[in-house]
Amino acid sequence: MNAFEWVNATTVDEALGQMGSTSLLKAGGVDVLDRLKEGLDAPKRLVNIRNIKGLDRIEGDTATGLRIGPLVTLAQLDVHPVVRQSFTALADAAGHAATPQIRNMATAGGNLLQRPRCWYFRSRDFHCLKKGGETCFAQKGENQYHAIFRNDVCAIVHPSALGTALVALGGSLELTGPRGKRVVRAEEFFTLPAVAVDRENSLGADEIVTLIVVPPLVSGSRSAYTKLGEKESFDWPIAEVAVVVERSGVNVSRASIVLGAAAPVPYRAVAAEKVLVGKPLDDASARTAAKAALEGATPLSGNGYKTTLFETVIRRTLLEAGGAK
Amino acid sequence: MQDATKPTRKEKFKVGIAGGSMTEVEYEIPASEPPVLPPNAELSVIGKRTPRLDGRLKVTGAARYTADVKLPGMLHGRVVGATVPHARIRSIDVSAAEKAPGVRAVYVHERLMGSAVVSDKTKELSSNYPIVRYAGQPIAAVAATTPQAAEDAAKLVKIDYEVLPFVVDADDARKPGAPLVFPAPADMAGTAGGGGGPAGVPQTGNVRGPVKGGMFGPPRGDVGKGFTEADVVVEGEFRTQVQTHCPLETHGVVADWKADGLTVYASTQGTSSVRDELAEVFGLPKTQVRVITEFMGGGFGAKFGAGNEGVLATHLSKKAGAPVKLMLDRRTEHLSAGNRPSSHQILRVGAKKDGSLTAIHLLNYGTAGVGTGAGAGGPAQNMYDCPAVMTEEADVFVNAGPAAAFRAPGHPQGCFALEQVIDEVAEKLNIDPLALRDKIDSNEARRTERRLGAERVGWSKRKAPGSDAGPVKRGLGVAQSVWYRFTDMDSSCEVRITRDGSVELLSGVQDIGGGIRTALAQVVAEELGLKASDITIRIGDTAFPNGPASGGSVTTNSITPAARNAAYLVKMQLAALVATDLGVPAADVLMRAGKVEAKTGGKSMTFRQAAKHLKTEQISSLATRSPNYSDGKRVFDKYGGVQFVEVSVDTETGVIHVDRVVAVHDCGRPINPLGVESQVNGGVLQGISYALYENRQLDRNTGLMVNPNLEQYKILGSKETPVIETIIIEEYRGRSSTDAGGIGEPATVPTAAAIANAVYNATGVRMREIPMTPARVLAALAAARKEGART
Repeated sequence: MNAFEWVNATTVDEALGQMGSTSLLKAGGVDVLDRLKEGLDAPKRLVNIRNIKGLDRIEGDTATGLRIGPLVTLAQLDVHPVVRQSFTALADAAGHAATPQIRNMATAGGNLLQRPRCWYFRSRDFHCLKKGGETCFAQKGENQYHAIFRNDVCAIVHPSALGTALVALGGSLELTGPRGKRVVRAEEFFTLPAVAVDRENSLGADEIVTLIVVPPLVSGSRSAYTKLGEKESFDWPIAEVAVVVERSGVNVSRASIVLGAAAPVPYRAVAAEKVLVGKPLDDASARTAAKAALEGATPLSGNGYKTTLFETVIRRTLLEAGGAK
Repeated sequence: MQDATKPTRKEKFKVGIAGGSMTEVEYEIPASEPPVLPPNAELSVIGKRTPRLDGRLKVTGAARYTADVKLPGMLHGRVVGATVPHARIRSIDVSAAEKAPGVRAVYVHERLMGSAVVSDKTKELSSNYPIVRYAGQPIAAVAATTPQAAEDAAKLVKIDYEVLPFVVDADDARKPGAPLVFPAPADMAGTAGGGGGPAGVPQTGNVRGPVKGGMFGPPRGDVGKGFTEADVVVEGEFRTQVQTHCPLETHGVVADWKADGLTVYASTQGTSSVRDELAEVFGLPKTQVRVITEFMGGGFGAKFGAGNEGVLATHLSKKAGAPVKLMLDRRTEHLSAGNRPSSHQILRVGAKKDGSLTAIHLLNYGTAGVGTGAGAGGPAQNMYDCPAVMTEEADVFVNAGPAAAFRAPGHPQGCFALEQVIDEVAEKLNIDPLALRDKIDSNEARRTERRLGAERVGWSKRKAPGSDAGPVKRGLGVAQSVWYRFTDMDSSCEVRITRDGSVELLSGVQDIGGGIRTALAQVVAEELGLKASDITIRIGDTAFPNGPASGGSVTTNSITPAARNAAYLVKMQLAALVATDLGVPAADVLMRAGKVEAKTGGKSMTFRQAAKHLKTEQISSLATRSPNYSDGKRVFDKYGGVQFVEVSVDTETGVIHVDRVVAVHDCGRPINPLGVESQVNGGVLQGISYALYENRQLDRNTGLMVNPNLEQYKILGSKETPVIETIIIEEYRGRSSTDAGGIGEPATVPTAAAIANAVYNATGVRMREIPMTPARVLAALAAARKEGART
């Protein structure tokens, strides 16, 4: 870790004033500390935004949707009654991430903005494409945990559990910069390596995430989330799925199916969503949808098993949202 | 064999399993040894569940581990490791590091520890520096006033590499034309905890061996004949991965070089072996090297000698004239501080229709990186009664960190293969797996353990393989453990009684977490009629009488008899002082329940009152471990256990969860059953972690480890922890004044095999490679479906 200057920002404006190419924002500090220790980032200044007032609240209800401050912790999201009751996928995504200790420290904003866990990216030994090098070492290397979709340039999987749930729930982010605020849909916020390989989203270098917005759910719709890891304690998913299912009568009227640990962004399985519309949600339709979701997958040498896994996890998550559990 | 020059006496010992049929044997033992210790049921401190005496210190953070040691003026050291897997170093420029702020010393490593070396030095590549043979190999070290300054300075050491071709995959390394890890045959010495391979083995390319036979002797019988006579022959191919050592406290020392001698605080399993190695490397008399291990944050076999970190820190301290702390970071720990070798085993077992074995043949190629000692033949050689056993085992060198002893070297690997093949033999013969083992295993302890475990786990309700209907299938499996009585004769204790009635024990032996501190207090307390908490235990310091290194499950077996012997001798001194007052000869003075009294009843006094009779401030006795009591024959005692495992296998995701483990073990006389249970818990958890999660992952294209941390190197956590039920049997053999045995290693040997057998029972599919990841389970299930569809 390099020596750096520590600045406490108490307002968003103060934080914006401290930003620059040699500054790094720190909220919960979970991912930032990891990166500093490995030498992936060497900022001259660390701007602590943890103490900015007003950014640590969850507001709203089922009818109006949620307004989540970026400094809300994963632990808060996990146990918040409205989130748990009506936005189950979000609560479960928060509640299954990392460990209880980390969930007490990690913030919603930090979870969305954390850098990928690809072992080549995370190791100082590999100057990979994402770090300005020439090679994506995963392509012909050890890629059992890597992407099975959109992996042609850089094969990271997006690490944010909240991102997966947020895209499924149709959420958006309020970004504040020197020229004011703008709102971006979560689905568009996350960007592919083909757009810019050195980043995972469209946050401007001079912007801060100041609000996470989740729209109200259509009456009768339900969400569900599944994380599947090689182990449950302190591990990342090898397959992750968030779904929202809206129904009119017995038939599905709209579905949102998003895969995490599958692609460099939370990956929306559009073909699978279409398959479900107009059908009752049952084992057969869930199976068909799960199969459709995996069409077009481009697994690498070591991660073909993930297609089998995802088929199961998608089907099970859909059935859970359908009330089968 | 007892020392013929010393007086002896004959004693009768009841041997066998408590609760079972006991027989009596007579051994000649040294006359100075205490009387025969009765079975635990008749004792008041030994054999009673005793919470760790240092538990409070540990959980409150008051216990001082090596990582906690702070000395005045202490500097912080940092290792500079190789960034490539194979290279000749052209030059090393330390000038920038030396000039960096806070830096007090930079030292370039001259003598690499813990790796194999080319036996004929003239055949080694010419170089001014040790050849780099694995990424992470220590090259230099820096000492500075802060850890940060040391880390920054370490980055300034410039190393000019002439990069050489490398190989990190053991299968690739065996191919003709593979890059050579060593240009000529290489050897490596073993450690106190086992591991290492035999010396002078023929080597072709990167393959050293195969060697026939094992550490307990040459092959036995005629396997060719055995297979001819067999009614069934089962052959299986098995692979196990490289597992790295992940003790909570990494390897490390604080070295303090002074004009009158060297003091080293070390996170070690052997204070005496660190002392011996540093004395040798630095040309010091052993009396001028003091090694201290007050508390130790775990070790599984890789922490014996001084290690590269110990040698580097001492050089830095000598150069800087100040104490230097050098704890490895987790990355360096993974890369260079030892590991369990891989195995690739082809195992054949032949049996008669009645189950009796006719032949066992094991062919194994394992890699210990740039080290040796990948043998896994112990279980095949020693577990079952079989007239013909042949093991052929080779070390395959690759450009990766050297192996070190790791909790039962070779045995979890060997068991993973053997216990699955034995189950396959049982299935072919249509015999219950436990009934087959009763047939082929005459060991009485194991027989008892199978019976007790089967009753507890509900073996009779075990279903046929793959009989659950849904996607999640449950299964029950079993596997056995085998380990051996190793005894370290350099095991001494001093016990002192002070005039105020306080008692202390002193020994160099270290408590690496197994709980020997508490066991020693129990043994001394039993002898003196006190409570364990009455005894002050001072251990982990070479200034005290020499203690054994803790490896090979030797500690309790080796040191507790020395403790009892010393306590007995000092007790006799005290008895002589109070005999007159009690009106009986010293031999008739009894000490029990805090009282000192005549055996015949009558007069009595408290232990404190008795101590007031001391004519000097303290009395003391020093005693050493005597050779194992026996009838004159070589002692080859086996320990072991039987573990039953219940698993759930999600056949749609490939995720295995271990739900319950019933572990039935023997360890001679258990001194502290609570401590034994704790060791079994640790062994089982480490076994599950090995079976399902842990894996050193080397990048095939660069030879670098991609998961040198505790995030991507996966270790079992709380949610993967099953219900563990432990049953400890008491097996008496009359081998020493305490008759204690060992448990650390046997507790982890069978777990992976039992899980694999349980997975087979759940799914009908055999897992022949660990870790059993979802990817591998799904592949095995798919292959079995394909096979099923074809037939």
